[in-house]
Amino acid sequence: MELIFDLSRPGRRGSTLPHPEVPVADAIPETMRRSVPAELPELSELDVVRHFTRLSRLNFSVDSHFYPLGSCTMKYNPKFHEKIAALPGFADLHPLLPQLRHGGALTQGALAVIYETQSILADLTGFAECTMQPMAGAHGELTGVMLIAAWHRSRGAAERSVMLIPDAAHGTNPASAAMAGFQCREVATDADGNVDLADLAAKLDEKVAGLMLTCPNTLGLFDPNVATITRMVHEAGGLAYCDGANFNAIVGRVRPGDLGFDVMHVNLHKSFSTPHGGGGPGAGPVAVKPELVPFLPVSRVAKRADGTYSLEYDFPESIGYIAPFYGNFGVILKAYAYMLTLGREGFRRVSENAVLNANYVLAKLRDVYPPKYARPCMHECVLSAEKLAGECGVHALDIAKGLIDRGFHPPTMYFPLIVPEALMVEPTETESRETLDGFIAAMLALAEVARQDPASLHSAPVSTPVGRLDETAAARKPVLADL
Amino acid sequence: MPYIANTADDRRAMLEAIGCGSVGEMWARAGVSTPPPELARVPEGKSEFEVVRHLRRLAARNAGDLITFLGAGYYDHLIPAVVDELASRAEFSTAYTPYQAEASQGTLQAIYEYQTMICRLTGMPVSNASLYDGGTALFEAMMMAVRVTKRRRAVISEAVSPIFRRMIRCYSTNLDVELVEVPASGDASAQAALLEALTPETACVLVQYPNFFGAIEQWSDFTAAARDRGVLTVCSTYPIALALLKTPGEMGFDVVTGEGQSLGIPLSFGGPYLGFMAVREKLMRKMPGRVVGRAVDHAGRAGFVLTLQAREQHIRREGATSNICSNENLCALRALIYIACLGRQGLIDAARLCAANAVFTRGELLKIRGIEPVGGGAFFNEFAVSLPIDAAEAAGLLIDRGFAAGFPLGRYYPERRNQLLVAVTGRRTREEIKQFAAAMEAVLWN
Repeated sequence: MELIFDLSRPGRRGSTLPHPEVPVADAIPETMRRSVPAELPELSELDVVRHFTRLSRLNFSVDSHFYPLGSCTMKYNPKFHEKIAALPGFADLHPLLPQLRHGGALTQGALAVIYETQSILADLTGFAECTMQPMAGAHGELTGVMLIAAWHRSRGAAERSVMLIPDAAHGTNPASAAMAGFQCREVATDADGNVDLADLAAKLDEKVAGLMLTCPNTLGLFDPNVATITRMVHEAGGLAYCDGANFNAIVGRVRPGDLGFDVMHVNLHKSFSTPHGGGGPGAGPVAVKPELVPFLPVSRVAKRADGTYSLEYDFPESIGYIAPFYGNFGVILKAYAYMLTLGREGFRRVSENAVLNANYVLAKLRDVYPPKYARPCMHECVLSAEKLAGECGVHALDIAKGLIDRGFHPPTMYFPLIVPEALMVEPTETESRETLDGFIAAMLALAEVARQDPASLHSAPVSTPVGRLDETAAARKPVLADL
Repeated sequence: MPYIANTADDRRAMLEAIGCGSVGEMWARAGVSTPPPELARVPEGKSEFEVVRHLRRLAARNAGDLITFLGAGYYDHLIPAVVDELASRAEFSTAYTPYQAEASQGTLQAIYEYQTMICRLTGMPVSNASLYDGGTALFEAMMMAVRVTKRRRAVISEAVSPIFRRMIRCYSTNLDVELVEVPASGDASAQAALLEALTPETACVLVQYPNFFGAIEQWSDFTAAARDRGVLTVCSTYPIALALLKTPGEMGFDVVTGEGQSLGIPLSFGGPYLGFMAVREKLMRKMPGRVVGRAVDHAGRAGFVLTLQAREQHIRREGATSNICSNENLCALRALIYIACLGRQGLIDAARLCAANAVFTRGELLKIRGIEPVGGGAFFNEFAVSLPIDAAEAAGLLIDRGFAAGFPLGRYYPERRNQLLVAVTGRRTREEIKQFAAAMEAVLWN
């Protein structure tokens, strides 16, 4: 394992730069200068290319491996999106240009992209308007709960300081609620994997500002009571937030706005096929019902009667600026291209095939990895290795690592927290039946190995550049940089 | 259908395998029985080629050929082609957050190298794996200081980017934190007034280096004085400038954040960008965001893992140091590749080229009758000048002549109506700068 710093040789140079055409007069006084140059590597361009090409090959990725990481929607990312985002008319555009006088006319194309994406997204989700500003899913959650807080404040109900969150929720939900100043109160899941209505009723009181609910839920299940739940929250004076991380399951088929939700975020890097980038950049636009529109962040992109686009700021009740500008525009652009390619019918096919693929995997694996909640799933199935763990001491972690040796990225492990030995499989609609059959065969074979030779799975993976790393030791004495 | 592999035969066989006679039955069994929505505002699908044609047309409706002196924290620096080429490798771009370390060593090592680069540039010992942008990074730093000091007051200089400050104000609305903004003076941060504002209830002081007006200030004495009062010092900085400037670490700051867009990331109309954060060791376990550390496997082989996860939302939930999950990994990778490509001397040369162009541009502008300097401090590649007319009006007239002249400060500082903030990168040629000065003179006096 060589770090890029290890490749450095004194005097070696990479990229060339223009020669200064003006006098190089150093306007920076001696006292303000760096005493020694930063210890950065000295490399040829080829050194750099080889190093990062080598690193890239150490990764599993959608383009190289089946990547059924539950709740992450690792679908195929079309190649032409990258070309569009790199067009100089988009990539070189300064975000402050439309804020200069006469500058708006020079950014009409970019403003059109934002406006049209908002419009399509609002229709797909069933809401009145969207903001494209949030820069990731969790950032969208934060924006959404801030909108809820602003709504209560505007009605003189600032004492509503509690956010209800199901025990199956992503950790970002309570973390986002806390960042917006809310206290979190947990709601139980019932024996079928739905929100426990009796517990919800018991938790709803005059302190409750709202409920954050993932739809379909994090168990990959469609809660048939969603409309009842949102009504109960409304009757108690709260608002209902939809975590749209799982929107791929229902896009084109069910609109969360029609289920009574007031506000929702969508992950463009999940359902709308923008690449996840190994941990971002993403985008987490937020859609709202009419009652929350006044509070949406500024600036807002609007379409004038003459068909031109403008930035609008005059919204006195707005929560303000969530992003420096208009959101992760480069990501929004790719999602827009995806929306235009798929169209109405294409989106219906997305959810249909996502659900079909997940149920197919569930049907083939449910006997060996019995799910805690035995019912048809949506776009992902939460299996469990609990039976294997009891029978032969092989855990979800061991199955996951065994999959790596068989050329598959593992499912999400140990989430949701309420399912013991969880393995959450999300195939997505872009995978073929042959790929799913290969994965199913690998999962069944691993269960067989677990019974015959459990020790071999405890030491998996063996095909990777490193085996299981000692995370405990790494956290106890952290080494976070080479200094 | 686009991007779907299942054929009609596949679908029939799969429906049979799950015991459903039809897609309708599949939905119904999964609990979905409402009729499909109409989706009147979603258009019919188009081919890749039609979509490309449409988006090319939209791209052409944006300014393609403006000669730009517009910065305000976001710059059109030169970007070597290698950055695009390597960062767009699908093995990087189509991977998820590296939860499975053995199958993600490429991403993990790159993050570790990025963290190291940020530490070396800023002169700090610890960096995280990235935050969304410079504004959210500064807010996260403020909240970290509030948690650590258990104090509820934050002092922020008005020489900090107004774009960041309005974000911090927005995020703070529902929080029990008092924000105190201290006015700037000329092109300087008014350090004496800032110090005076550091009461015993103050958690942190937030400043910018070089500041929003481009001025480079000495902060060593200030950080020492703040430390004496138990106040954490936070500096938002501009990474390319740090190739030349004394590091925030050397000046004694506790937390260094910033917008990393200048490191090989295109402007892209506002994002995606790169927030970075580096801290002292004592703050390591209080920091928000992902962090990668070294680790060893059972055979003694060295590798990298996501570490210090006990701070994070998926474990700590509402008690986490932040809600952040997806960050800006691919932008961090771009920054790393950019710095690697330029290298130790190249980054210095790139910074000197910007600085020389800026000095030249300022000199040319100050030759024009009626244009006056704002403050007299040292600057890197951005500076403010005072025009004889409203700067917004001048900038508007210059757009018509093909120049993005800079940022009129009156938009954020009403008392600075005539001031224009001018940025110059290595992209600008001597010829362009001369043309810009001539156009400016014409706009002011013809």
